Amino acid sequence: MTTMAPDAGTQDDVAYEAQFNAAVTAEERIEPRDWMPDAYRASLVRQIAQHAHSEIIGMQPEANWITRAPSLRRKAILMAKVQDEAGHGLYLYSAAETLGTSRDELLDRLHSGRQKYSSIFNYPTLTWADVGAIGWLVDGAAITNQVPLCRCSYGPYARAMVRICKEESFHQRQGYELLLALSQGTEAQHAMAQDAVNRWWWPSLMMFGPPDDESAHSAQSMAWRIKRHSNDELRQRFVDICVPQADSLGLTLPDPDLTWDEERGHYAFGPIDWDEFREVLRGNGPCNEQRINQRRTAHEEGAWVREAATAYATKQAERSRHGYRAPHDPQQGDTQEEDIA
Amino acid sequence: MSTADWPLWEVFVRSRRGLSHTHAGSLHAPDATMALRNARDLYTRRSEGISVWVVPSAEITASSPDEKDSYFEPAADKPYRHPTFYEIPEGVRHL
Amino acid sequence: MNPAPASAALALGDDALLLSHRLGEWAGHAPVLEEELALANIALDLLGQARVLLSLVGDEDELAYLREERAFRNLQLVEQPRGDFAHTIARQLYFSSYQRLLYEELAQGDTAIAELASKAVKEVDYHRDHAEHWTLRLGDGTAESHQRMQQALDALWRYTGEAFEPIEGLTVNWATLRARWTDRITTVLRQATLTVPSGPQSGSWAAGGGRQGVQTEPFGRMLAEMQHLHRSHPGATW
Repeated sequence: MTTMAPDAGTQDDVAYEAQFNAAVTAEERIEPRDWMPDAYRASLVRQIAQHAHSEIIGMQPEANWITRAPSLRRKAILMAKVQDEAGHGLYLYSAAETLGTSRDELLDRLHSGRQKYSSIFNYPTLTWADVGAIGWLVDGAAITNQVPLCRCSYGPYARAMVRICKEESFHQRQGYELLLALSQGTEAQHAMAQDAVNRWWWPSLMMFGPPDDESAHSAQSMAWRIKRHSNDELRQRFVDICVPQADSLGLTLPDPDLTWDEERGHYAFGPIDWDEFREVLRGNGPCNEQRINQRRTAHEEGAWVREAATAYATKQAERSRHGYRAPHDPQQGDTQEEDIA
Repeated sequence: MSTADWPLWEVFVRSRRGLSHTHAGSLHAPDATMALRNARDLYTRRSEGISVWVVPSAEITASSPDEKDSYFEPAADKPYRHPTFYEIPEGVRHL
Repeated sequence: MNPAPASAALALGDDALLLSHRLGEWAGHAPVLEEELALANIALDLLGQARVLLSLVGDEDELAYLREERAFRNLQLVEQPRGDFAHTIARQLYFSSYQRLLYEELAQGDTAIAELASKAVKEVDYHRDHAEHWTLRLGDGTAESHQRMQQALDALWRYTGEAFEPIEGLTVNWATLRARWTDRITTVLRQATLTVPSGPQSGSWAAGGGRQGVQTEPFGRMLAEMQHLHRSHPGATW
C-alpha cells in the first residue's frame, strides 16, 4: 500500500473513489494529501481561486474612497476593511495552494482573464454611500453565501472560511452603521444613501448566481458537499433578512413587487435582469476593464520589488554559506540595537 | 518572472502563554526574516498571537494518508493506555 | 499630568495624519499581497496616532477636514506623492527613524504627548524595522532596485533637514537627535550598499517649511481630495 501512488490504476481508483465518497457522505473533511477525484480538485481550485480573486479585486471599489473618507473614524474603519480583504484573499490563495496550484499560477489566470471574480465588483462606487451599501448588501450577500462554506468538505477551504466569516461580520455591521448615519443625517445624505441602495440591490441579488435550473456546477458541488444550499435558496434567505433591515434603516428597496408571501413564509420579489448579469459576466460591465487593468498594473509594477527581494535572499544564502553576512557590515562595536541584519 | 516567485511558508501562532503554537495558514515571503513579519501582519492583526513561527513549506515531512492504517490503527486496540480502562471501587478518591 | 503643548501636538499629529493618507493610497496597488497588509498596518497605526494627537488640540475632524493649507504644520516630507515602492520605503526609512528617536525621548516627559509617545514608540519600532529590511532588499537586491532606491533616497533627502528644527513646546536635544538619526541612516544605507545622499537637507527658500505652514505644491491637491466630501456637507455627521 505504501509504495503505491494513489493514481496507480483504474481498479484502485474505484476503491479510492468509494472511500472518498464515503468520507464525504459521513461529513468527514477531505485533507490535502487525501486521494480525491480530479474533477473535485479542479472544481475546488476553480471555486477557491474565484473566491480569492473576488477578495482582491473587491478591494478596489472601496479603496476608491479611502482618501476621501469624510471622518477619521470612517477612514480608519475603511482602511482596516480593505486590508482585511487582502488578508482574506491570502487565506484563500493559501487554501487553493494546498491543492497543488501556486498563487502565481492563479494570479496569472486572473490577469489573463481565464479565471473570473465576482461580477459585483464590476460596478462603480460613485458616492460615499456606496461604501455603506457594499458593506450592508454585498458583504451581507457574501456572508449568506459563505457561512455554509465553513462546513465545506475540503478542510483547508472550510478552515479559511471560518476565519473569514468571523472577520466579515464587522464588514457588514460597519456598512449598516454607515448607511444608518446617512439615512438619519441631512436630506442630502439620506438621498445619497437611498441612491446607493437603489444601485446595489439588484446586483447583490445576482451575486447568488443564476437560478437553480440554469446553474452549471451546482448539482455536483452539492453532492461533494462543497455547496450546501442552492442559489435560489440562499437568495431567498438574503431577501428575507434584508427587508426588515431596510425598514430599520429608513430606506426602501427598489422593487415594487417585494411583498410578504404568507403562504410560503417568504418575501416574494420581482424578476432579476439576467441579461445584465450575463453582459457583466461577459466583460461588458461598467468597470471590468478598469479593475483588471489596475490589478495587472500593480502586479507588473511590483515585479522589480519581488525580484529584488528574491535576489537579496539568494545573496544572503550564498553569503552565509561562505561564512559572512553583508558586504558592508556595520563596524564592530555597534550595539545590538543598531544591528538590523 | 519565475525568479521572482517567493517560496511558501507555513505559519504557526501561539495565541497566549501556556498554549502551543497552532497552524494558522501559509504565506509567501522571500526569506525567513520577511516571512516572520508577513506572518505577524497577516495572522495577528486582531491580537490573535503573542508568538509566531514560520517554516518553509518544502521543509515539512508529512505522513502519507496511504500509511494512515499502518500508522494509526494499531493504537486503537490498546485501551489499557487510557485511565478509563480501569475499574476502581466507588468512593476511592484522588486516583 | 501637564497639558500638551498644542503647537507640538498639531505638528506631530499632522505628520502622522498625512503620512497615513499617503500610505492609504497604496491600497490595491502594492507590489505583492503580503505588502498590502504591511502598509495598511503602518497606515492604521499612524492614523491612530494622529487622532489622539489632534484630539489634544480640538475636534479631530474639524482639524483634519476644515483647516486650510497654511494652517497645517506637518513636515513637507510626509506630503510628497507616494511615488514608486522605493520612494515609499525611502520616506518610511527617513520618517520612522526620526519618529522612533523623537518618540523615545518624548515618552520620558509628563504630558499627554508623552503618554501617546510611549505607546506609539512600539508601533514605530515596527515601522522602522519594516523600512530597514526593505531598504536592505532594494539596495542590495538587483541593479534596478538599487538604482531606484538610490534615486528615491536622493530625491527625498532635501526634505529631511526640517525634521530637526525645534518644535515649540517640546524639550528635545535636537542636535543629538539629528546626530543619532544620521548615524542610524548611515549604518543602514551602507549595509544596503547605498550611498548617503550628499545634497542639501533643506531648501534655501527663506519662507520656511512645513512646520511654519509653508508646504509644497502636491499638498493642496492632496488636501482637496481629503477634504472635499466633508466640506460639501457642512455640519453633517458621518
